[in-house]
Amino acid sequence: MPPIPPQPAIEVSHLVKSYAGVTAVNDISFSVPRGEILGFLGPNGAGKSTTMRILTGYLPATSGQVSICGFPVASEIDAVKKCIGYMPENNPLPDEMRVSEYLYFRGRLKEVPRGKLGSRIDEVLELCDLKRVRHKIIGKLSKGFRQRVGIAESVLAEPPVIIMDEPTIGLDPHQILIVRDLIASLRGRMTVLISSHILPEIEMTCDRVLIINQGRIVAQGTPAELRREVLGQSAYEIEASGHIGSLPFMLGSIDLGLSIASEGPLDEEGFRTIKLKTLNPDDMGEAILRAFMFEGLRVRALSRAHPTLEDVFLAATRRSWDAVVEDPKPTPRP
Amino acid sequence: MKHFLTILSHEVRMLLVSPSTYIAAVGFLSVMGFMFTGILEAYSKAPQDLSPASAFFEIYYFPVIFMVPLLTMKCLAEERRLGTIETLLTTPVTTTEVVLGKYAAAYLLYLLFWGSTAGFFYILKRFAGDAHLIDPGPILGGYLFVSVSGLLFIAIGVFASSLSRNQAVAGMLSVTMLVALIFGGQYLANASWLDREALSPIKDAVHYAQIQQHYQDFTRGVVDMRELLFYVSGSVLALIFSILSVETKLLHS
Repeated sequence: MPPIPPQPAIEVSHLVKSYAGVTAVNDISFSVPRGEILGFLGPNGAGKSTTMRILTGYLPATSGQVSICGFPVASEIDAVKKCIGYMPENNPLPDEMRVSEYLYFRGRLKEVPRGKLGSRIDEVLELCDLKRVRHKIIGKLSKGFRQRVGIAESVLAEPPVIIMDEPTIGLDPHQILIVRDLIASLRGRMTVLISSHILPEIEMTCDRVLIINQGRIVAQGTPAELRREVLGQSAYEIEASGHIGSLPFMLGSIDLGLSIASEGPLDEEGFRTIKLKTLNPDDMGEAILRAFMFEGLRVRALSRAHPTLEDVFLAATRRSWDAVVEDPKPTPRP
Repeated sequence: MKHFLTILSHEVRMLLVSPSTYIAAVGFLSVMGFMFTGILEAYSKAPQDLSPASAFFEIYYFPVIFMVPLLTMKCLAEERRLGTIETLLTTPVTTTEVVLGKYAAAYLLYLLFWGSTAGFFYILKRFAGDAHLIDPGPILGGYLFVSVSGLLFIAIGVFASSLSRNQAVAGMLSVTMLVALIFGGQYLANASWLDREALSPIKDAVHYAQIQQHYQDFTRGVVDMRELLFYVSGSVLALIFSILSVETKLLHS
């Protein structure tokens, strides 16, 4: 584990937010070290946007502590506002301004010195590939450009912490790639908190993932850790032909937990798909192949199934729903 | 307050690039021009008691009731509807700076509109060649009244805009509040149920808030500190309510 810097960029402890009887965020605690990209995952209404709004100081928390760069949000809001670049959900922009005018206005509000602002605007326009549209009116831009204007605006003042609520929503795959590269280019320099429900997105950009559901953290860690922790098993798929016979026994001798999960129907050539599962995370492909050969089965293909973050997400959110159902106290759903 | 000027210049710029401002200005100047022509025609037919300037400023409430809502209904309602208030308030800007910046921009534009009616008097002076038509006292008093009372009217418009995220609702609210403020005082002053002894403090308060009476004092050249204080304190109160309204709406958003 890398040494954690003395002061995490974002620190949240026991955060609770309830609106008129509904608990949107229920006792969340996490901290983000400087320079890390944290992905915030959750189904709709899980409390992602609410948490982000509390982090920016836009909404007050019901209880709990939040501090950004060491400044508590509740008492030193002015210092906190200088530390963050925030892009809200749906990225609201004034329609009647030009891109460069908007960035200039935002730069002045964010206290970028007047002398540096011009060159800084050029830099972010370059970074977000917006040079072509700098004199266009924002209301006439396409969704992809608007989204990039929002991102350019949030990194404009070079804040140490950037919070973006669903930055890739409504973008085409090519634009998603650009945004992803852009976020990756901030790694190490700025702490980035992004929320999304596009899972491959998060998996590729983020160092760490936090899954929340119904206002609670249900899983956190790197994508690889989550796979292990939440699914707790690896799976293999083999296409083979022949009689299984004593295969289950053979498999058991490789690894105790290794067993046949399912067998598919035979196809025209006499092959079927056999799914194996085990709790052991080590790669056992070679041993399995040898066992099949030993049994005299003909093998056409072997693959190790990689659980995607999607599986992790579904498993984690399902797990939390189960937990809530078992909870004797009725918890209001957001 | 270091962001006040940034927001003010941004708001003025936004008002000046928006076509609706020019449409409103043309509408305002043509209506006021027609009225001014009407007044002059009355003068050419028969001698009048009042100077043309007094007669002209007497209809000040007409543009106030129509122009002030148009100028102010957008300012906070639109920010909330589009959600740009969220990006605005997460920068190192306070709600006070935002509200004051928008208020000052609308007030400057209001002054600009009224200021452009000075052209009417210039044309009159240039072509009538009749010195007694141009009485500087009522003209100065009229403009002073318009600029001082504008403080309160614009503040009420801003307050109405902070109450709703729908521009039309904000506009209707400010029309209602302005009408109640301008004509309600007169109505209450004539109401006989206020003549009772127990209600005399209310009667005094109503007497103090007679905007029509203030207008007459100003054009006669009587500038009373109490009247100035009425407008200044009224606008400060309306602005404080606007700031509180924006902030409470955030808590419940």
